[in-house]
Amino acid sequence: MIAGLDQPTAGSVELDRRGIAFVFQDAHLLPWRTVLDNAALPLELMGVSRPRRLEAARGALQQIGLADAMQRYPAQLSGGMKMRVSLARALVTEPKLLLLDEPFAALDEITRQKLDEQLRALWAAHGMTVLFVTHSTAEATFLADRAVILTRRPARIVEDFRIDLPGERTAALRADARFAAVTRLIYNALERGGA
Amino acid sequence: MTDRPGIFRQILPPLMVLIAATAATEVWVRLFHVRMFLFPRPSSVLRFMAAHPADLLVSLWTTAKAALIGFLASAVVGVIAAIALCGSSLVRRAFYPYTVFFQTVPIVAIAPLLVIWFDAGLTSVAVSAFIVSLFPVIANTLAGLMSTDAALEDLFRLYGASAWARLWKLKLPAATPNIVTGLRVAAGLAVIGTVVGEFLVGVFGAGEGLGVRIVSAKKMGRTDELFAAVLIASLLGLAMLAAVNLAGRLLLRHWHASEQD
Repeated sequence: MIAGLDQPTAGSVELDRRGIAFVFQDAHLLPWRTVLDNAALPLELMGVSRPRRLEAARGALQQIGLADAMQRYPAQLSGGMKMRVSLARALVTEPKLLLLDEPFAALDEITRQKLDEQLRALWAAHGMTVLFVTHSTAEATFLADRAVILTRRPARIVEDFRIDLPGERTAALRADARFAAVTRLIYNALERGGA
Repeated sequence: MTDRPGIFRQILPPLMVLIAATAATEVWVRLFHVRMFLFPRPSSVLRFMAAHPADLLVSLWTTAKAALIGFLASAVVGVIAAIALCGSSLVRRAFYPYTVFFQTVPIVAIAPLLVIWFDAGLTSVAVSAFIVSLFPVIANTLAGLMSTDAALEDLFRLYGASAWARLWKLKLPAATPNIVTGLRVAAGLAVIGTVVGEFLVGVFGAGEGLGVRIVSAKKMGRTDELFAAVLIASLLGLAMLAAVNLAGRLLLRHWHASEQD
């Protein structure tokens, strides 16, 4: 609904749809394009000139650690790399609001944690609003400043609270007692929601 | 694209089969004294080809021209028709049944009409090739255009892509593997359509394509000439198929599973 892909059954959504970017559950790259041209796609569709959009795409890919893979095709990438290209494609428009729908759910645990750390660092650098949907309590705890826990369909809000963890989050945080406590809190809310 | 078997290892096995089968046929014809008007010796087919290279080349060129024109026309018209059909489900429901007409129409029955409409010559033969090879292009292209990844369609819409950009940057590239499949089928059918067209158009006295040659050789019991013409027509079909395969390989080498072994 926020993306404008669906209409609300009641009420309305008020926001400026310019400056929104999306990452889906799977990478959804164009297999006939190089990594660089994939990352440049949103700007191309918005009518940005070729030199400027390629420069922006190079910048986004460098930020996310894919500088070496720019001329490769999606078929030559691992699942984690494809997801990073997808993330770079979202960042290239310098969005004010970034929507992510379980983006790392299909990846192995270690890749997923690395990408979570990378996303948190990107957020710290850009300061855009990030709305991240996940089924992982640990991932939610690690990434979020605010957690909204929903029931299953029809979705209602069970709980909506701030996560009081340090702003700078590194891999070490996952072993912290406070991290475990917050994870527990989210887990309990989910149980109450009947999920 | 790792370790594609060498060109010789690809060509050698079918070549061996060809040589063995030809030799066996030769032995069979000689041993049982099979008469010429029933079945020619492979050696006399080859001798005929060696004796009349210029005539056969003219026939090949006549047939190849019609087959290529028919094939290219069905490629262009087929892709454009599929684009028109994929636009709306109403258009699809209204027109798609009639595209099936092109697959089921007995070309033998309407070829005399083609002669009336276009005169006996290159045009009516090329139209025959076009009619026979059109449907697989439409059907395959349409299947490709209709199965575009829904998430990618959302993505294009979200970034405000025009219908034109969605077609050129998403739907057509995504349908390329299907288009190539359709063209593969169409390449062989175009040659069949041409030869059948020539059978019938030739009756009306025009052209010297391979189909015309097949008909006249049959009448005179010259099976060596008939087999030579059939062989050349098959080689023409193979060459057109190989050209489509090569084009497909170049277009899809980076991304499609069917071109990565």
